[in-house]
Amino acid sequence: MLVTLAEGADGRHPHTRLDDVSPVHGAAQAGHRRSDWPEVELHVVSGKGGTGKSTVAAGLALALASTGKNVLLCEVEGRQGISRMFDVEPLPYEERRIARGLPLGDVAPGSVYALHIDPESALLEYLSMYYKLGRAGRALDRFGIIDFATTIAPGVRDVLLTGKVYEAVQRNARNKDALAYDAVVLDAPPTGRITQFLNVNGELAGLAKVGPIKAQADTVMTLFRSPRTVVHLVTVLEEMPVQETVDGIAHLHEAHLPVGGVIVNMVRPRDLGPADLEAARTGTLDREAVTADLARAGVRVSHELVDSLLDEARDHADRRALEDSQREVVRALDVPSYELPRLPGGIDLGGLYELAARMREQGLA
Amino acid sequence: MTRSRPRVGPLAATAERAPRLDVDALLDDPGTGIIVCCGSGGVGKTTTSAALALRAAERGRKVVVLTIDPARRLAQSMGIETLDNTPRPVDGVGPGTLDAMMLDMKRTFDEVVLSQTTPEKARAILDNPFYIALSSSFSGTQEYMAMEKLGQIHRQAQAEGTYDLIVVDTPPSRSALDFLDAPERLSSFLDGRFIRLLLAPAKGPARLMTAGLGMVTNALTKILGAQVLRDMQTFVAAFDTLFGGFRQRAQRTFSLLQAPGTAFLVIAAPEPDALREASYFVERLTEDEMPLAGLVVNRASPAARTDLSAEEATAAADRLGRTSSESTTAGLLRLHADRVRIVEREAYLRERWATAHPGVETTVVPALATDVHDLVGLRRIGDLLAGGPAG
Repeated sequence: MLVTLAEGADGRHPHTRLDDVSPVHGAAQAGHRRSDWPEVELHVVSGKGGTGKSTVAAGLALALASTGKNVLLCEVEGRQGISRMFDVEPLPYEERRIARGLPLGDVAPGSVYALHIDPESALLEYLSMYYKLGRAGRALDRFGIIDFATTIAPGVRDVLLTGKVYEAVQRNARNKDALAYDAVVLDAPPTGRITQFLNVNGELAGLAKVGPIKAQADTVMTLFRSPRTVVHLVTVLEEMPVQETVDGIAHLHEAHLPVGGVIVNMVRPRDLGPADLEAARTGTLDREAVTADLARAGVRVSHELVDSLLDEARDHADRRALEDSQREVVRALDVPSYELPRLPGGIDLGGLYELAARMREQGLA
Repeated sequence: MTRSRPRVGPLAATAERAPRLDVDALLDDPGTGIIVCCGSGGVGKTTTSAALALRAAERGRKVVVLTIDPARRLAQSMGIETLDNTPRPVDGVGPGTLDAMMLDMKRTFDEVVLSQTTPEKARAILDNPFYIALSSSFSGTQEYMAMEKLGQIHRQAQAEGTYDLIVVDTPPSRSALDFLDAPERLSSFLDGRFIRLLLAPAKGPARLMTAGLGMVTNALTKILGAQVLRDMQTFVAAFDTLFGGFRQRAQRTFSLLQAPGTAFLVIAAPEPDALREASYFVERLTEDEMPLAGLVVNRASPAARTDLSAEEATAAADRLGRTSSESTTAGLLRLHADRVRIVEREAYLRERWATAHPGVETTVVPALATDVHDLVGLRRIGDLLAGGPAG
């Protein structure tokens, strides 16, 4: 069932762990693995702060584009993270083509478009689209109502943001001028808030029991609860983020929202095998052999150097042990998981393409 | 401009130009009455707050730490299973004292309403659907109520001498700035034209506004539905008498934050996004004349103890790799190269930050391999914050 391990260019660092990926969602094939989520139109990407959810969302958009899809990548938190990652001008409330997927095999790659959704623009667009409120819309602004609806009014902000995402997913021949996408990737709020964010009609309950806002929220929920949507959670292999992922999945289940995969980000390199790791932990790595090897490799050897390398190895082995124990927790979650390497140089456009390739190999896209 | 090769040795973590933040001097100064920890999500704000509070208590201060939604483990690390809106003493701390609490924004909001008006009027407000939604789900309520709670504790501490230091964690906002913006936003809303518009029907014709009024009310009814609009009008009418009080309180807390007894600590991780948020915050604090104590950079990668460069290490690993594919030493060299690259990148990011914000005192806390599970773990973080050895 499993594919050959994806390996680094030198064939020695398997950064990704395909054996972690549940084979339930799609048969693996030699070469290009098929996506675990072929029917999904909306990929919601959430994760604890600091785990790199925006990076993963961007990488996923590129990965989907490399399978020939035209993808819309949306951000809703006003950070302009997409423009920084892709090194383009700050995004307006307008869909812009920002990148192309990497050509893989004989599939012509699709494009990635980006949209920065802010609640004010979403509200004005909504008003003009559904109520033809040109002048009244501006009057609303004069009375501070736009500001009220988008910042103070409970739940309305989220209805507006998710409503625009809904519109992009749902888009079809009805609107001739707008582009139709094969998939939408949403860089969503963090795990602690994701269920509340997506469960828009729950948030409105008690406030709007009837009325157009409520109707809008209900429609949006129908999409979010359908098999066309999945919510992926990004984590790193540390205790708090993994615990938050476990809790997040439980909350999504309670709200009947579809849980996708767990994406384990920033996994440490695997330059040492299990036996070496064990020796590093217990301080029994062969000091003389290391010294001899270093000399053979033309390095000027000193005690300080060997001490430092052995210390670094022990520190690394400790962290790997912690990663392994947290990986067990992720594995026990019974959802597909995917692993992405920590890139020592940080994230740039090249880094995003690299992550996209890893996602593709593992069947996330 | 040529940049000399950064020194990658034991001193690398402190070699940048930023002056060092003396955490112990800050905690020991009896003039420090409030410490506010702010920064973007996931940088370790809550843990830092708890560790600072513990350290201050163990240096003799009477401390309360106000956290926002801490991870269960962190509450447990202070020996408290569940934190709530009331300060609970943490055992095993001395010679000072440490209390810990968690903000319950709805309870805090309710208490403000109850304290401001007659029981009947308060009841009418507390039962209003719009109020219920506002007090429990509006994302800015949390920021506003954190400020409110801080004001309450401070007044109580002044009156009764319960605490001489309050450490405040800030909500995990979309942007770190929300903490400073939310009170202003809420009170300007309560003050604004929109409220007067909603009140207009209850207060008779507002002649000047009639031009836009019908159109606006119609639009609102269309969008929100008549019921929501009625709830809002009832809420605003009942709340009307409280507005003045809210505005005053927000103003008072804002001045409290500007006072010299307050110290803001900006928390970040050595990552571009977290440091960018830290920049916004530092600039904003300066603009608002709020006292900035310094920057805490959490989760720094520990430097190696040798100055073998990443390039040399990689080249040596490649040479070894050609002779034996399973070489342990090649693995060690690659690990070293990986670490050096990360340490260099982080040091570079911190240097650039320090250049853009000269004079901001900084302390760098190395990443620990494990999470905090108990007071011992919090103490260790406290040691690291104060510049002690990684232990």
